[in-house]
Amino acid sequence: MELHDRREEKCKLRVENLSVFYGAVQAIKSLSLRVYPNEILGITGPSSGGKTSLLHTINRLNDRIPTYRHEGRVLLDGDDIYHPDVDVNQLRRRIGIVFDLPTPLPKTIFENVVFGLRVAGVRNRTVLQERTEQALRDAILWDEVKDRLNQPALRLSGGQQQRLSIARALAAQPEIVMLDEPCSGLDPISTLKIEQALWDLKERYTIVLVSQNVQQTSRATDRAAFLLMGELVECGPTAEMFTNPRDSRTADFLEGRFG
Amino acid sequence: MIPDQPSRRPRLNPEKVHVAAVVALWTTAGVTLAVLAAIIVFILVHGLPMLTPEFLLAQPESMGRAGGIFPTIVGTLALTAVALAIATPLGVGTAIYLNEYSRGGRAAAAIRFGVDCLAGVPSIIFGLFGFIFFVIYLKMGWSVLSGGLTLAVMVLPTIMRTAEEALRAVPASYRQVSFATGATTWQTVTRVVLPVALPGTVTGIVLSIGRCVGETAAVIFTAGTALRLPLSIFSPTRTMAVHFYILAREGLSMPHAYGTAAVLVITILLVNTIANAIMLRFRAGVT
Repeated sequence: MELHDRREEKCKLRVENLSVFYGAVQAIKSLSLRVYPNEILGITGPSSGGKTSLLHTINRLNDRIPTYRHEGRVLLDGDDIYHPDVDVNQLRRRIGIVFDLPTPLPKTIFENVVFGLRVAGVRNRTVLQERTEQALRDAILWDEVKDRLNQPALRLSGGQQQRLSIARALAAQPEIVMLDEPCSGLDPISTLKIEQALWDLKERYTIVLVSQNVQQTSRATDRAAFLLMGELVECGPTAEMFTNPRDSRTADFLEGRFG
Repeated sequence: MIPDQPSRRPRLNPEKVHVAAVVALWTTAGVTLAVLAAIIVFILVHGLPMLTPEFLLAQPESMGRAGGIFPTIVGTLALTAVALAIATPLGVGTAIYLNEYSRGGRAAAAIRFGVDCLAGVPSIIFGLFGFIFFVIYLKMGWSVLSGGLTLAVMVLPTIMRTAEEALRAVPASYRQVSFATGATTWQTVTRVVLPVALPGTVTGIVLSIGRCVGETAAVIFTAGTALRLPLSIFSPTRTMAVHFYILAREGLSMPHAYGTAAVLVITILLVNTIANAIMLRFRAGVT
């Protein structure tokens, strides 16, 4: 707790006593969590632990689900993201999200990357091209696609499509990038490329990486949180959690006794 | 242990079943195609000899026994254009509202039910409705406008339902990505959902064009049977289908009736081919 208090004012995203419900089902139970600037926070745990619900609450994607409701607060730079004055589209530009399955839109590679900029009203061709190159370089995809930006994105391989999804999230220049199992369907080489990209990106972004994969969490994150059945079991520096977990349930999961 | 059961009937040889199925399915497909081809060939064989530039571009003479069918071509195109200009925005708009904006409450269910009921109504009823409401009550008279409005009401369910099916077939992940990237609902609909749903939506519109071009019952009551060239949407007119009906029914001229039918069939084939070509080019751009 002392560590948290010391870094209080630097906290980028704060989740306070968050409970999430879909109808009568409670997906998250009174969860509190902090994300600091320029770190990679890993969120791990078995299925239906509330990982995706947490990301969708932070990005406000759940707004469209009629049965959804939550208690508690989510603060971005100290401001409640569910305050009535918040422009939800603006918020989603500040907090980007990449989904577990590669989701290229049925458009060209270029149009996929600039989608977020276009809906934000950016028209300047030079700006669009510069951001596209930067985002594709950041996602380690530029060299593979630079000569065919006007080809349909659906022709890319699965690994390339997922890096394209990351580039699309980055091009909108969010402050936080959340990735929901970004490597779940990918081969080890694509996975490595994505982890490498994330490591380079944390200088400029704050990253939340959700992964069921324990090894990935240990390799690619600074701090890790362990979610089990909607409950935050523990959260701390990754190295510490992996070498010396405080809770026996964490130890069991990390050692592969369940999950 | 599973006890040996005496089989009640001899098991069919899977190979033979396969062959029988292939033969049966080929036959059904073949018969379907043959019926279609027979109709088209029959009409073209009887109608094509009539097709001269004069037949297409001249005024009819002595009730259609001689001369051309130019006014009925114009009337058909005008009625179809009016009908689609009204039904397309209404139908597609309703589909977008139901599928993308409403959260599927009772109002949405009521709209769907109403539209489905409308789809099952025979066209003569639309004709009667159009006659009483547009022609008499709204004092539009027999006119392109009355006929177009009536046809619009008639094809509205087709356009709306096919558009809705097309929208529903758009993967939810596209919408999720779009929203997650900061797009509004309108931006999501116009930039992501509609382009994907366009081929399905256009299919409904093309089907509707076919129905408008071929419709008689709804049109005869509302657009009239005048053989003059319609000069405005307030003029009465006669469509090709109605012309064909009158020529055949009154025994005025079978060759002219077949000629008209051939033009009708060719028009519908052309519309379908063009729509298909556009869709193929459109799809080639995104996949």
